[in-house]
Amino acid sequence: MELISLSPWDLSIAALLVIALAAISWRMHLGIERRLLIAASRSVIQLTLIGLVLKSLFAQSNPLLIGALAIFMLSVAGYEVMARQERRFSGIWGIGIGTFSMFISSFSITLLALNVVVNVEPWYTPQYLIPLLGMMLGNTMSGMAIALDNLTQAAWQQRGAIEARLMLGHTWNQAIGELRRRALRAGLIPIINAMAAAGVVSLPGMMTGQILAGSPPLEAAKYQLMILLLITVGTGLGAIAAVSLGSHRLFDHRQRLRLDRLRQPAR
Amino acid sequence: MSYFQLTQFKSRGLEPIDLTIEAGECVTLSGPSGCGKSLLLRAIADLDPHEGEASIGPNKQSLTAAPEWRRQAGLLSAESHWWADRVVDHMPEVNQELLTALGFIEATIQWEISRLSSGERQRLALVRLLLGKPKLLLLDEPTANLDQMSVGRVEALIVDYLKENHAAALWVSHDPQQRRRIGDRCLRIESGLLVTESWN
Repeated sequence: MELISLSPWDLSIAALLVIALAAISWRMHLGIERRLLIAASRSVIQLTLIGLVLKSLFAQSNPLLIGALAIFMLSVAGYEVMARQERRFSGIWGIGIGTFSMFISSFSITLLALNVVVNVEPWYTPQYLIPLLGMMLGNTMSGMAIALDNLTQAAWQQRGAIEARLMLGHTWNQAIGELRRRALRAGLIPIINAMAAAGVVSLPGMMTGQILAGSPPLEAAKYQLMILLLITVGTGLGAIAAVSLGSHRLFDHRQRLRLDRLRQPAR
Repeated sequence: MSYFQLTQFKSRGLEPIDLTIEAGECVTLSGPSGCGKSLLLRAIADLDPHEGEASIGPNKQSLTAAPEWRRQAGLLSAESHWWADRVVDHMPEVNQELLTALGFIEATIQWEISRLSSGERQRLALVRLLLGKPKLLLLDEPTANLDQMSVGRVEALIVDYLKENHAAALWVSHDPQQRRRIGDRCLRIESGLLVTESWN
């Protein structure tokens, strides 16, 4: 089966539907039409740009340019993790915890996948590296954002119980242990559900794309499986790293709960 | 050497404090709301950043690991907090004698925290604290939510505890009669300074 190319006309039909949805939202006073249209425009611009960037990147295969794009993707993902926190850490820690955790989880897992699993030569071949890294970052990002948000919110709401344990001579690790476990569980549940529902409820995006592009379904399934498993590991490791760093940062050298290291929510 | 000592101890909102409390001594602390009494107790328990030195016997705060220090300087906050479902989950051991002294029965230990009254919580928080055998008691209005009989029980229990364990206490109380009953010495915070309370 050949890939059927989409014309701008095909896309504008989908875009008109979004505008219709925005009109319904306006009619029904849902108050989301503005955000809906802005987000839709963003995705049009961003995806068109990345299409153009990847086109020239694939043509050149310059390791420096590929590295620069990878780092750009990482920083945007780090920023997104921070932006989704209601009570983020102040200063460099706000963006640092997410970015660093994603760096050690997503980057290392992607490198491992390229070198050991897929065996691409050279390993930085952009056709493989960029989509794999993008999928890793995009998915681990949500899990980590949920886990971190859960941790800081819970610490804020349950400061009395945490300090009650400190007052009785418990260590910071004992005092925050249960909250940390809960935060990790919350961060990992979406990806676990995604694995459990994969193929039954929905065909995951990557597999759908490969099938549309003409790949045999079983090949597409194998790729999708690899990605899903790697994303799970990446999310797990990333969330563990982020929650460990975050819970460490909530206490100082005298094991005091330092909620003053969190910023107040914007509203 | 005195038992409990504060040296140039600077807590938020207060001038630097020098204070000693002997073993077995109960010192009361009073002052208008918001004058920094609770913050002082928190700083002594090392829950908030502060300056200066505190020591219990030979142990200096700055040289003692934080959890060990807090076991020795036991703080009972004005509002008690609980992290598990039942009373027993919060107690390192079951001490029926202590529970009975505060008017509880044997089944109390299995009660659910969410069904306790504020007075019951406050008394059980005291039990929880005393089980750790702190050498210094930092009590932030330990009888604020209690009826007259319970107040008497708590006072008697703490006075006994101080005698038996040669411990010291810094007791925040808003009730002048209570301060006269239990205080070996009565201190007061006035415009950021720690002064001896004068009884007119």
